[in-house]
Amino acid sequence: MTGYVRPRDLDEALATRAAHADWMVLSGGTDLMVNANHKPIPTGILDLWRLGELCFVKVEPASIAIGAGTTWTEVQGHPVIADRLSPLALAAREIGALQIQARGTLGGNVGNSSPVGDSLPALLALGAELELASVRGRRRIPYSDFCTGYRKTALAADELIVAAHIPVPAAGTKLAWRKVGTRRAQSISKVMGAAVITLDGDRVVSARIGLGAVADRPIRAAAVEAAVAGQKLSEAGDAARAAMRSSIKPIDDIRSTATYRREVAENLVARFFAV
Amino acid sequence: MKVAFELNGQPVTVEASPWKRLLDVLREDLRATGTKEGCGEGECGACTVMMDGEAVNSCLVAVGQCDGRTLVTVEGLATGDVLHAVQRELVACGGAQCGICTPGIAVCAAHVIDRGLVAGVDDATARVRVRELLAGNICRCTGYQLIVDAVIAAARSVQP
Repeated sequence: MTGYVRPRDLDEALATRAAHADWMVLSGGTDLMVNANHKPIPTGILDLWRLGELCFVKVEPASIAIGAGTTWTEVQGHPVIADRLSPLALAAREIGALQIQARGTLGGNVGNSSPVGDSLPALLALGAELELASVRGRRRIPYSDFCTGYRKTALAADELIVAAHIPVPAAGTKLAWRKVGTRRAQSISKVMGAAVITLDGDRVVSARIGLGAVADRPIRAAAVEAAVAGQKLSEAGDAARAAMRSSIKPIDDIRSTATYRREVAENLVARFFAV
Repeated sequence: MKVAFELNGQPVTVEASPWKRLLDVLREDLRATGTKEGCGEGECGACTVMMDGEAVNSCLVAVGQCDGRTLVTVEGLATGDVLHAVQRELVACGGAQCGICTPGIAVCAAHVIDRGLVAGVDDATARVRVRELLAGNICRCTGYQLIVDAVIAAARSVQP
């Protein structure tokens, strides 16, 4: 018999998680339920779908908190996210299609930690911080420290993801997001990325760039960020392209080749700096 | 486990593993075979149903998650003998051929129309929007033109 708990509140969810470390934590099921009829039956299911304490968007002066249970439909439909955190809103619009966006959640994308998770480069570029909880208490961790390897995360066996806290970029910050795949809907990305670029006039002060599908986990493009700092915006694209060339090791697989991915990644980062 | 939900306006109860796919519960336990299986991976949209008013892939829903929820399948789109506008227009426009994708397209398009997601825009914009909103429903027969025609015609008949 498969165990099943739909907790009334977060405390019950955390107690269930602590008591059943081997249970599947399920929300919208858009990844975990793929081919479910051919998968081993889980020992138990902790069902977080629509758990009230995880479904919220809270706009504060300096940051926006998005609950882990928030769906991509809700993310893209939120006017403040669309306006101030556009890379995340744009990513939400290209995750799967309408049916997937209605069920896929922020916490699911983060917890699943696929190297091709579409929202993850945006969370990196935006400098998001994750709020995690367990029966032991709550903690916060920069999203950049969360992914520790291929589908490996810093989440402890008794923890759940509660929310992402995303600092609101200052007015005038250049924001960008771009996904390259075989088609816009449903496709798994060949390369995708997000950029948050701080400008002083026509000069790049600093940039944060997140990339997906180019490594075993979503990564910050540190070499590109270093190369563009202090450059004139009109010259930053070429600097970004050159730095990109020497700093990623994409893979050959059924969806693309390393050569193609490298070239697309170069073009992608260069265009983030298009005037 | 015992799972109770509303299906097309009627209360139903099933005894099933919580992990069983909603798609299989609909087709096998409830004999509501209008909903079709295409890919089983959430890529094709053939199994689309409405869950609490949102269009979702029923192959990706564990039935345990349905307890207490409201579901509408293609069988629930018509009111008595009167088809939903999009069903009527899929017939009139020739937007259905082999029929495997059609129930999912009808449900997703009904959701799009009932939510007014293509209301109040010109036809060219509406066509682009319909293609984006229905991008999760794959059809191997029609080439999509006639499906888009049907959805636009249905939307216009409801919200001119």
